[in-house]
Amino acid sequence: MALTADVTGKNAKAAAPRRRPRTRVLSVGDKLFLAVLIGVPLLALLAFVWLPALASVGISFTQWDGIGLSSIHWVGLQNYKNIFTNYPPFWPAVEHNVIWMVFTALVPTPAGIFLAYQLDRKIRFSRVYQMAIFLPVVLSTAVVGFIWEIVYDPDHGLLNSVLGTNNPSGKHYIDWLGDPHLNLWAVLVASAWRHTGYVMILYLAGLKSVDPSLREAAAIDGANGRQTFLRVIVPAMKPINVTIIVVTVMESLRAFDMVYVLSGNNGSKQGLELLSLLITNNTVGESPRPGYGSALATVLLVVSLAAIVTFLVQNFRKERQA
Amino acid sequence: MSRGPITDRRTLLRGAIGGAGLLLASPALAACGKSNASSSGSGGGGSQVTFGSDGSDPTPRKAYGALTSAYTAASGMQVRTNTLDHNTFAQQITAYLQGTPEDVVTWFAGYRMQFFAQKNLLHPIDDVWAQIGGGFSDAAKKLSLGLDGKAYFVPLYNYPWGVFYRKSLFAAKGYQPAADWDSFVALCAQMKKDGLSPLAAGFGGGDSWTNLGTFDYLNLRINGYDFHMQLMGGKAAWSDPRLNAVMDHWRQLSPYLEAGASGRKWQDAAQSVFDKKSGMTVTGLFMGQAITDESLRDDMDFFAFPAIDPTHGQDAVEAPTDGFVLSAKAKHVDAGKKMLEWIGTSAAETVYAGVDPSNVGASTKADTSKYNALQQKSAQMIASAKYITQFGDRDSDPGFISAVVEPGFAQWLASPDDGASTLKKIESQRSQYFTS
Amino acid sequence: MTTTTATDLPKAAAPAGRPATRSRRPRGLGRHVFLALVSVGWLIPLAWALFTSLRSYSDTAEHGYLSWPHGLSFDNFSTAFDQSGMPHFFWNSLLITVPAVLLTLLFASAVAFFVSRFDFRFNIALLMLFTAGNLLPAQVIITPLYKLYLQLPLPSFLSGSGYFYDSAFGVITIHVAYQCGFCVFVLSNYMRTIPREISEAALVDGAPVWRQYFQIILPLCRPAFAALATLESIWIYNDFFWSLILMETGDKRPVTSALAGLSGEYFTNPNLIAAGALLTCIPTLLIYLVLQRHFVGGLTIGASKT
Repeated sequence: MALTADVTGKNAKAAAPRRRPRTRVLSVGDKLFLAVLIGVPLLALLAFVWLPALASVGISFTQWDGIGLSSIHWVGLQNYKNIFTNYPPFWPAVEHNVIWMVFTALVPTPAGIFLAYQLDRKIRFSRVYQMAIFLPVVLSTAVVGFIWEIVYDPDHGLLNSVLGTNNPSGKHYIDWLGDPHLNLWAVLVASAWRHTGYVMILYLAGLKSVDPSLREAAAIDGANGRQTFLRVIVPAMKPINVTIIVVTVMESLRAFDMVYVLSGNNGSKQGLELLSLLITNNTVGESPRPGYGSALATVLLVVSLAAIVTFLVQNFRKERQA
Repeated sequence: MSRGPITDRRTLLRGAIGGAGLLLASPALAACGKSNASSSGSGGGGSQVTFGSDGSDPTPRKAYGALTSAYTAASGMQVRTNTLDHNTFAQQITAYLQGTPEDVVTWFAGYRMQFFAQKNLLHPIDDVWAQIGGGFSDAAKKLSLGLDGKAYFVPLYNYPWGVFYRKSLFAAKGYQPAADWDSFVALCAQMKKDGLSPLAAGFGGGDSWTNLGTFDYLNLRINGYDFHMQLMGGKAAWSDPRLNAVMDHWRQLSPYLEAGASGRKWQDAAQSVFDKKSGMTVTGLFMGQAITDESLRDDMDFFAFPAIDPTHGQDAVEAPTDGFVLSAKAKHVDAGKKMLEWIGTSAAETVYAGVDPSNVGASTKADTSKYNALQQKSAQMIASAKYITQFGDRDSDPGFISAVVEPGFAQWLASPDDGASTLKKIESQRSQYFTS
Repeated sequence: MTTTTATDLPKAAAPAGRPATRSRRPRGLGRHVFLALVSVGWLIPLAWALFTSLRSYSDTAEHGYLSWPHGLSFDNFSTAFDQSGMPHFFWNSLLITVPAVLLTLLFASAVAFFVSRFDFRFNIALLMLFTAGNLLPAQVIITPLYKLYLQLPLPSFLSGSGYFYDSAFGVITIHVAYQCGFCVFVLSNYMRTIPREISEAALVDGAPVWRQYFQIILPLCRPAFAALATLESIWIYNDFFWSLILMETGDKRPVTSALAGLSGEYFTNPNLIAAGALLTCIPTLLIYLVLQRHFVGGLTIGASKT
């Protein structure tokens, strides 16, 4: 509120030290126009994103049954204490989120970069290859979950049918999604299927924007393909690299839909605990515990904000200097 | 200066959003060819009532459809149905009842109903019971009362849990139903030898509640009804040494459980019995809902969960009761009560059972003439029981059961070793739910 | 470091017959084989879903899923489509996606215009607020948002439920609030590439801001709009989480989250689940295949700064 009022106020001041033609004093109509078109999304953003984010932190210090406001009471750090010491799914969830991030960074991300590098040459059918590998990215993550469910189904799935391990009373029977030692990896493969194409396309676009003369120059220098790649292309790709890191980190923290579907449309399956699922389970659920869910959400918020702020500072530092 | 734009902005906000709103206000075309019209109507409308159903599987969906059409035929009331996935419905019930619930809602008897009555999310319906009370036993009446002594629930049917199997398979292999523990384990061993999965199981996805049936029965058979109810009510500790025996017996069964149970739905487990890949399964009569080939129905049979401690024998039957509640935020309270009065008659039960014969009518006046063999056996079993329990997640705090106990059991079944540590883990979280 | 040295080099024309070309053929072939294998591998899950969906349940039950099909048909598709009332859910998706995309683009372009054109003090802060908001995991805000949605009343012409909760309007609102961040980020980067002189010349002429915005800036941003509209349509259509949690009426849900509920009905029948899942994919696949250029452009337009 105050922010928008101020923004549209008269104290327009050049933020950048650069000499620019100063804008005129805005007319009332202009101010109104800006106030509405900026005010509405800003209000929506503050009311529905940032206010709840702050409220999460507040509610995390309370105990509440989620029914009416009268039953809410302050318990200090009790929820956190419980989560850290007496909530069996919590540490596995943290571990799985970390595994998710590390795996995504080490497998699909390099794979996507590698494929982009392969496709960057002017080769025939490049379009076809790109389309095939990129296809999973346009599918809803929930639908990706359904598709992989059909692949992993222990009794009729593709994988067990091919391996001949689909007889429950047989010796070898692989329960891809039920076995807590396997299911996380099964889901990670499904997630990699999607993530690889995503990284590939981002990287391809980056490669296309690299000035071709740089490569030629490196080639004349006698640099071979790998050296060119490492010394010329990688540095020139910094903005894309930052984006890919952000995407990788955030997607790992956000992972939800696919796991929700693959754990049978309910977010609690041993071996597939993730922070996002634990939060949701404590929010909705037959006897919800919003205080608990919010404490979990606060943990996720702190981690996410650390990543987001790092990225934003990286990104906007240049503009400040501009 | 800044005051003006703000008020202006508000009105303009409404204007800007209104544009999108107009798009949405156009009623959705409910061209589904089904009875559930879209629920984007206005309140009011004296001749209609809304119905929230968790009968998402085909059979109950049809059965509830028959029920509502029969009610419309009988009363001229339009019923608008909103069907939600069974497991999701139970998960979101709290929000649902606080949000914009339908008037009449499917729900379960026992603690699970009392919990919401206590939170003032259900509408008391003593006046309905004044009309229908004559058709129910005292036990059914007691199940329908909240902790405050008011009635909140109208039972529709119940169904027993037992050990289900196919008669033809038993006849072909010469198996006999087991009445006591040792012969039960021996039977499992024999089936395994014969290349079957002895006990079909499916507790994957949202179906981890199905494990509670086995647990409840083991506890009832070993420690008896009283202890079981104390445990469920949060009055006994889960680390109680008496439960170690339960886990030990359960461990004896674990080698005979169908592999991959943690990734399968209960319907798939039922299918495995139908296909004669599995010998038996511990489940409820609702298993019949998964029958797609009607000729199978006559080939299904069940026996009571075997006795373990002779003191308790087989005196308890797990027979959950399903029925209806009236939500506190109902828009058509009177119409809802009228519908509940009609549902509380045996005629309504007959309509429902006509489509879904995997239950036993809760009314004492229920028409049993059309019952198939399974229903008759079930009714008999329930009638002759000394104790009737609802179910693990209905006799206890559902949040505690679903967030702590079910995952605990699912985890334990993955590697059933020492049950004590599982019980200790469950116990350590009990106080978070049973505070009073 | 190397970039500077590289650019300092005199640009000599590449020698015509480089030795590299001689070994290109077999290497090229190897690459094609590799890429073709990867592409085929990538399509296997989808192909399997398609194969499963084209077979009747009885056929697969009898012969197993990995078997020669005895007749392929679209029966599962028509069953999934008719029985579950899928047209209705597609309609719900449309009712949510179209307004959400249009409003997001309208508001985001205004904010981007503002932060890239005016030198007010809050520009960077505003941009950061929007961008960061878009990056937050949705689950972080769900608990309070859910309660908020249950409390906030809406006039009945906007919401059948009378609240933000369980209304298409509520889901659209959160989409707009959330997605604006990304679009602002992209559009502000894009608008910075438009020479300031263009709009400033107009300002000096005394044209009001809204005219600058509508007549000068928006037309210039058309490529960015096309890209973002494509991208956002797919994202919002694909959303699963918001409509899962913020809607409880099965009949109001868009097709993606309805699918989760429908899968309960198709128990024991992977064939129908496959058909339902594939049907759900069709709109996004169509958008992607038709507007491929824009989609990819949208993903990269914000990332690569010129």
